[in-house]
Amino acid sequence: MQPAFSVIFLTTLIGAGQGLFLALYTVELYSLFEFLPAQPGPAFYAPGTALAFALLALGLVASFFHLGRPERGWRAAARWRTSWLSREVIVLPAFMAATAAYWLAHWADWREPSVALGAALTIAPSVAIGAAATVLAFALFLCTGMIYACIKFLQEWATPLTVANYLMLGGASGFTLATLFAGRTAPELVPFLGGWAAVLTGIGFLTRAASLARNAGLKPKSSLQTAIGVKHPRVVQTAQGFMGGSFNTREFIHGRTRAFLRAIKWIFLVLAFPVPIALLGAGVAAGSSTLLAAAFAAQYAGLLAERWFFFAQANHPQNLYYQAIA
Amino acid sequence: MNASLPPPSAAPLAPTAQIKTTTCYMCACRCGIRVHLVDGKVRYIDGNPEHPLNRGVICAKGSSGIMKQYSPGRLTKPLMRKSDADRGAGEFEEISWERAFEVLAERLAKIRATDPKKFALFTGRDQMQALTGLFARQFGTPNYAAHGGFCSVNMAAGMIYTIGGSFWEFGGPDLDRARLFVMIGTAEDHHSNPLKIAISKFKRRGGRFVSVNPVRTGYSAIADEWVPIRPGTDGAFLLAVMHELVAAGLYDREFLVRYSNAGQLVNVDETSDAFGLLVSEPGQEEPVPDYPRNMLWWDRHTNGPVPTHQEGADPYLFGEFTLAGGTRVKPAFQLLEERLKQYTAEWAEGITGVPAATIRRLAHEMGITARDERIELPIAWTDCWGREHETVTGNPVAFHAMRGLAAHSNGFQTIRALAILMSLLGTIDRPGGFRHKAPFPRAIPPAAKTPKGPQGVQPNTPLGGLALGWPGSPDDLFIDEHGKPVRIDKAFSWEYPLAVHGLMHNVITNAWRGDPYRIDTLLIFMANMAWNSTMNTTEVRKMLNDRDEGGEYRIPFLVVCDAFHSEMSAFADLLLPDTTYLERHDVMSMLDRPISEFDGPVDSVRVPVVPPTGDCKPFQEVLIELGSRLALPAFAHPDGSRKYRDYPDFIVNFETEPGSGIGFLAGWRGKGGEKFMKGEPNPQQWEMYAQNNCVFHLPLPPSYQYMRNWNRGYMEWAQRARIRRYSDPVLVHIYSEVLQRFRLAATGKGGGKGGGREGGKAGAEGVERKPVRRPPEHLRSRIATYFDPLPFYYPPLEVQASDTRKYPLAAVTQRPMAMYHSWDSQNAWLRQIHTHNYLFVNPRTARLQGIEDGDWIWVESQWGKVRCMCRHSEAVEAGTVWTWNAIGKASGAWALAPDANESRKGFLLNHLITEELPVASDGGRISNSDPVTGQAGWYDVRVRISKAAPDEARETWPQFASMRAYPGMAGVRKLWQAYVAAGAMDGSGADRRRRR
Amino acid sequence: MTQLALVIDLNVCVGCQACVTSCKEWNTSGIAGYLSDDRPYDADPTGTFFNRVQTFEVGEYPNTQTVHFPKSCLHCEDPPCVPVCPTGASYKRAEDGIVLVDYDKCIGCKYCSWACPYGVREIDEHQKVMKKCTLCVDRIYDQKLPREERRPACVMACPTNARLFGDIHDPDSAVAVAIRERGGYQLMPEWGTHPANHYLPRRRTEIVIQPDELVRADNPLKVDGKLPKPSLKEPALDDVTSW
Ligand SMILES: Nc1nc2c(c(=O)[nH]1)N[C@H]1C(S)=C(S)[C@@H](COP(=O)(O)OP(=O)(O)OC[C@H]3O[C@@H](n4cnc5c(=O)[nH]c(N)nc54)[C@H](O)[C@@H]3O)O[C@H]1N2
Ligand SMILES: Nc1nc2c(c(=O)[nH]1)N[C@H]1C(S)=C(S)[C@@H](COP(=O)(O)OP(=O)(O)OC[C@H]3O[C@@H](n4cnc5c(=O)[nH]c(N)nc54)[C@H](O)[C@@H]3O)O[C@H]1N2
Ligand code: SF4
Ligand code: SF4
Ligand code: SF4
Ligand code: SF4
Ligand code: SF4
Ligand SMILES: [Mo]
Repeated sequence: MQPAFSVIFLTTLIGAGQGLFLALYTVELYSLFEFLPAQPGPAFYAPGTALAFALLALGLVASFFHLGRPERGWRAAARWRTSWLSREVIVLPAFMAATAAYWLAHWADWREPSVALGAALTIAPSVAIGAAATVLAFALFLCTGMIYACIKFLQEWATPLTVANYLMLGGASGFTLATLFAGRTAPELVPFLGGWAAVLTGIGFLTRAASLARNAGLKPKSSLQTAIGVKHPRVVQTAQGFMGGSFNTREFIHGRTRAFLRAIKWIFLVLAFPVPIALLGAGVAAGSSTLLAAAFAAQYAGLLAERWFFFAQANHPQNLYYQAIA
Repeated sequence: MNASLPPPSAAPLAPTAQIKTTTCYMCACRCGIRVHLVDGKVRYIDGNPEHPLNRGVICAKGSSGIMKQYSPGRLTKPLMRKSDADRGAGEFEEISWERAFEVLAERLAKIRATDPKKFALFTGRDQMQALTGLFARQFGTPNYAAHGGFCSVNMAAGMIYTIGGSFWEFGGPDLDRARLFVMIGTAEDHHSNPLKIAISKFKRRGGRFVSVNPVRTGYSAIADEWVPIRPGTDGAFLLAVMHELVAAGLYDREFLVRYSNAGQLVNVDETSDAFGLLVSEPGQEEPVPDYPRNMLWWDRHTNGPVPTHQEGADPYLFGEFTLAGGTRVKPAFQLLEERLKQYTAEWAEGITGVPAATIRRLAHEMGITARDERIELPIAWTDCWGREHETVTGNPVAFHAMRGLAAHSNGFQTIRALAILMSLLGTIDRPGGFRHKAPFPRAIPPAAKTPKGPQGVQPNTPLGGLALGWPGSPDDLFIDEHGKPVRIDKAFSWEYPLAVHGLMHNVITNAWRGDPYRIDTLLIFMANMAWNSTMNTTEVRKMLNDRDEGGEYRIPFLVVCDAFHSEMSAFADLLLPDTTYLERHDVMSMLDRPISEFDGPVDSVRVPVVPPTGDCKPFQEVLIELGSRLALPAFAHPDGSRKYRDYPDFIVNFETEPGSGIGFLAGWRGKGGEKFMKGEPNPQQWEMYAQNNCVFHLPLPPSYQYMRNWNRGYMEWAQRARIRRYSDPVLVHIYSEVLQRFRLAATGKGGGKGGGREGGKAGAEGVERKPVRRPPEHLRSRIATYFDPLPFYYPPLEVQASDTRKYPLAAVTQRPMAMYHSWDSQNAWLRQIHTHNYLFVNPRTARLQGIEDGDWIWVESQWGKVRCMCRHSEAVEAGTVWTWNAIGKASGAWALAPDANESRKGFLLNHLITEELPVASDGGRISNSDPVTGQAGWYDVRVRISKAAPDEARETWPQFASMRAYPGMAGVRKLWQAYVAAGAMDGSGADRRRRR
Repeated sequence: MTQLALVIDLNVCVGCQACVTSCKEWNTSGIAGYLSDDRPYDADPTGTFFNRVQTFEVGEYPNTQTVHFPKSCLHCEDPPCVPVCPTGASYKRAEDGIVLVDYDKCIGCKYCSWACPYGVREIDEHQKVMKKCTLCVDRIYDQKLPREERRPACVMACPTNARLFGDIHDPDSAVAVAIRERGGYQLMPEWGTHPANHYLPRRRTEIVIQPDELVRADNPLKVDGKLPKPSLKEPALDDVTSW
């Protein structure tokens, strides 16, 4: 597939936004159960949520660049019963609304209505809103992942690992960003968040590596033989019917060399995983925001490359029909 | 439901659409079309279901007519080259039509009053040779021809001199009834849609389709068997097939005996002056001396000579006999058999690359299908000798061949071989075989003749004959007393005696060199002679712009009439903008090449469906106007006043001779449109055509539809309809006496016309004989060799003159179905299909040179080289490379951007092809053409390929300075945009980045 | 239930591209239009077409087959492009099985094109909506057209009649008969899309010659006394047997 930058930014930005939110909420839950030594104040939650919201909003903006007719974007909510894209279009704003509410709850420091769970535990509205938002965040990961994973003939995508990757990579980048953010607003959380970020990045590495390994062994189900229905071992296209290119030669083919593709793969494998883990470790140890910022920057850049690669690697069977001009 | 697509019952499209019928001209096939107009603009063109030719279908080009009509490459103003600009630079200033006519009339009047041959008129792929030819003849110049000489004259001449008809527009395979169809060297041809309709029906009926072609694309793709053959070797293939047929007795003896000259006796006395001529019955008066019928058979029953077709007689086809006077004679068929002896399948395998077993098998398939699948139709008819037949029979083996045979310098003899093969199988004008289309069959040779010498060209006088004719003997050549050509292209000279369509491909070179003489004005109509219809293109472009020592252009005045921004248009001194086919009246006349069907004559017209664009004017109107201004007798009254208001008026009222009743159109003649073929002018004729889908079709009764060469009923009808002068039968010339007459002249024998025949009047003692015209010394052996009365194989002349170890590959072109020559690069849709071209090379051949798919390569011949891209293909014979014809363009031409793919990646093979070959003996040069007909040898070139160096530009070579737009062209682009915008939902139109 | 479709006969398609430009022409001027072209007279011209004819080579020289292969939307019976569309712009009509795009709803997200394995959808670069073959829905029901012209433009144009049109669910229709009796097949059956359009394979006609067909009593060489006879001097069985 031809990687579309609008979609690359959309998915990486909202992934980071979702992850960041999940990080914030994790902190809140941990605090609730007093697993954390220190309680971050509203100065942590509200701006953090705002940041997550901003990322989601940016992602949303990026997504509009993908649409030929953005002014009709609202129509995309119509087919939620069948279309993962439609579901994403519903869940993303819902999740944004939830984050907005979460932000409001923290910003306004709502204490009421609270729910008492037993004697020791009283749950503030933010916790309940956060729970709902968390569900939506996971739903959003699922939708985003399924948009790709549900197209069965894009074999590189059609695997649960796609959903897992969206989840893990979004989570990892969000936690990395949270670590960086905590460095500025709640330094005592840095080791906690940094640790989680490293763990998620590690798991993300495993799921992503698993999908790379899986894809390396994929055998295309379609061939020129099935594409044109001629059963002969040697079928070669000599002409695709037009010469100056068309939508079908632009949208589904990245047009880069194999070497370039391989280079991007190594770039993302390095930038998105070991580098941020190392930088996180160093940043946490040294208490250096710069290193943490570098960790996030490296990881985000790595994920841009990862997403580019994700598209480029997917080999669409339609390309069987568009191989040669004459 | 939704808003933009209607529910099943809605009626969506353009309620304001208006439909007009006319005839397509996106190619020479001339299908009937319906043009749908909205607000006067063309919006949709589809095939006319009521048209006999295409029956509703339409091709890729026809459907893209809109994009031609509104092309930005159209010319809209008469233009004069700026006096300080070079030819080819494309710097013009706008002039009025009045000025254009003044300039032309003044110049032409001067030429006509002094030496009319200094005006030359040559036309390309047009369909109005009847009018252009008439104009030239009236003007008095012999220097007129259309594209036939560089196109397929071998196909016309080789077949017409053998069976009195040909493929092409003249006849074709009867696929409705054939069982076996053999297609040789055809990619697309002129009968585009009808042939496609027919082939698919044939295949669906379970017919067997064999294609002989070095390349497998298009039609060949759906053949049941592909026979990849080395280019230029089909003669060997066909002769070997015939060898097998004769050896196995798989020929239709009955057919040959009655309908060909196979049984006629040939003088084989080498010492005789009439050696090689048919012997005739002594002393018998000939009703038509040009087409004598008094030949002899050797009767099997009486074992003696008898007049042919004598009731009860049956001739020997084999043997040698001695006439009473001691002359030794053999039946023509015996000579053929002797000729074929050497041509075994094994011999042919070595030349053609087709396995001997395949050749033999195909011969058997042909022979056995012809013999055992015979068709019998219950149609009674009477032959020319009065014998009644209860049925029409046919042997269902059909052939079709085109330029794969024709465009070689051995094509004439190859095509004769094919025509004779078809005759051996007994498939001439019979169901399931080959069938003629009116006005064919014609006599062998047809009656039309050129003047015989320079005396036919006189100031202020129409030409004393036709500019193009059909020589029957050396006496008919158009040469002066020294044997030198009268025509600028040297047609009908000893160099190319049967050049019945002229040699357009040599006109520029000859005129530039002043050989045989210099001319003054060259008018090129509808031919892109600065590009694809010329060989040696780079040099020819220089010639067009070359000046002599005195500083005058070697071709002093160049007039070009084109509708588009072609490469040729840039070289014009005076550029006349023509209309498109949707803007003018046109006539596809019986006097030219009509669109007849097997079942009878068909002619057709075009009527304008939209008004002319800008100031463009139909070339027909230009000719009528010039003819009137020059007071040419056909166009002006004796007092000098004009006869015809305009072209439509001319078409209605012109008669070949006053009161002849024969005009350009055969339909709806007579005062009220009640007559056909012949009749007084009908003032309503155009309207009647327009009301009848612009086509006139006259199906003949079934008894006139077959065996027409020898069908008395048909012949008498044809004579009455004035299709033919005589009603005598047209016997198939297995043995060609015409050719033998030329050969005799070369070998110092033969008397003039009818040349010294033994027996008959012409040769009888005491009759005064004209001195025989003899070829000049240096051409004698050429004539003696190639004017063989029996078909034979020789390698094409260029191959003979090539070091085939250095240049091992044959290079040919093919017509793409979705492009017409060079016309269609200005067509926004068609050019998306063929934006540039590749050289197709068999992977094994390519890899020998280390060339991979997609590589840039050099292709070199002895004459030049081009750089292009290679595409591997398993569908090409390993010793052949090929490309689509005329896709490559000069930069900036056709209103394309200077960096358009056509000129950067596309290439023109013509740079590798020479228009002249060196003559080893005298250091002179002779046209790269068939020595019999002057047919251009396009497909003879031998090349080698090599990989381009990595540091070389990734673009084609040679390159030429970019052409620019002319005055009047920009406005058209706006119009085109307006069209697209009108169809736009959001009004933005298909925008086009501005450039220049 | 009706399922309209094209059945394309590769046995007679000569790759002439008539269906390509007739489709473009009809649709650019009709309700599906216009179909934009970019750089129409410049380098690398490109445009929206609903139908393309491609060329494939099968086998190795000299046993090569050249296959011309027209392809437009196959109007799948289980079209993966439809459920993925977030707006409902892509839909399959219940009444005749035609898969269409409602341009007024389409947001140009291209997702449906990703979900089509056949590469037949094209975004119109000017109107920014997804387009594809409509099966000429604006012709085939147009009551103003004579009945025999209520067929898709490409079908009307095709000179070899390689494009058959009809209801493949009606067992008596020409298309259903062709599929049944001439080995009609679907493209990429592995994805379960069940394309409604089918293709008919190449068929080969051969002539089988029996040896005795070459030796016949009516051989014309006989008439001329040319049928080879062995010389009288050659040995024969006659000379050596005495029983
Ligand atoms: N679409 C379209 N139609 C056209 C034209 C066009 O430009 N475009 N041009 C029109 C004109 S002017 C003409 S003259 C006709 C020409 O009609 P065709 O004669 O069909 O045209 P060519 O493309 O010259 O085809 C020559 C074929 O012969 C093959 N060939 C070459 N050399 C040999 C050989 O030695 N032996 C054999 N057996 N085959 C050989 C080539 O591979 C090719 O397939 O087409 C007419 N129709
Ligand atoms: N290498 C190679 N060269 C070949 C051939 C080949 O097979 N191989 N084939 C040869 C053959 S068979 C032929 S017939 C020739 C064809 O060669 P040409 O006859 O030169 O054909 P075109 O290139 O189409 O050029 C015709 C010109 O007519 C113009 N034109 C189009 N429509 C109109 C109109 O309505 N009015 C006027 N006045 N002009 C119009 C076009 O713009 C173009 O400039 O090419 C020959 N050249
Ligand atoms: S075959 Fe020629 S005349 Fe017929 S529709 Fe096509 S371009 Fe027009
Ligand atoms: S119009 Fe018919 S023959 Fe031509 S390419 Fe299309 S399907 Fe094939
Ligand atoms: S061919 Fe593609 S666009 Fe057409 S219905 Fe099937 S999946 Fe959808
Ligand atoms: S591009 Fe249009 S039709 Fe396709 S999925 Fe998006 S909204 Fe639906
Ligand atoms: S059915 Fe109509 S829209 Fe579809 S390919 Fe044919 S002409 Fe085009
Ligand atoms: Mo031609």
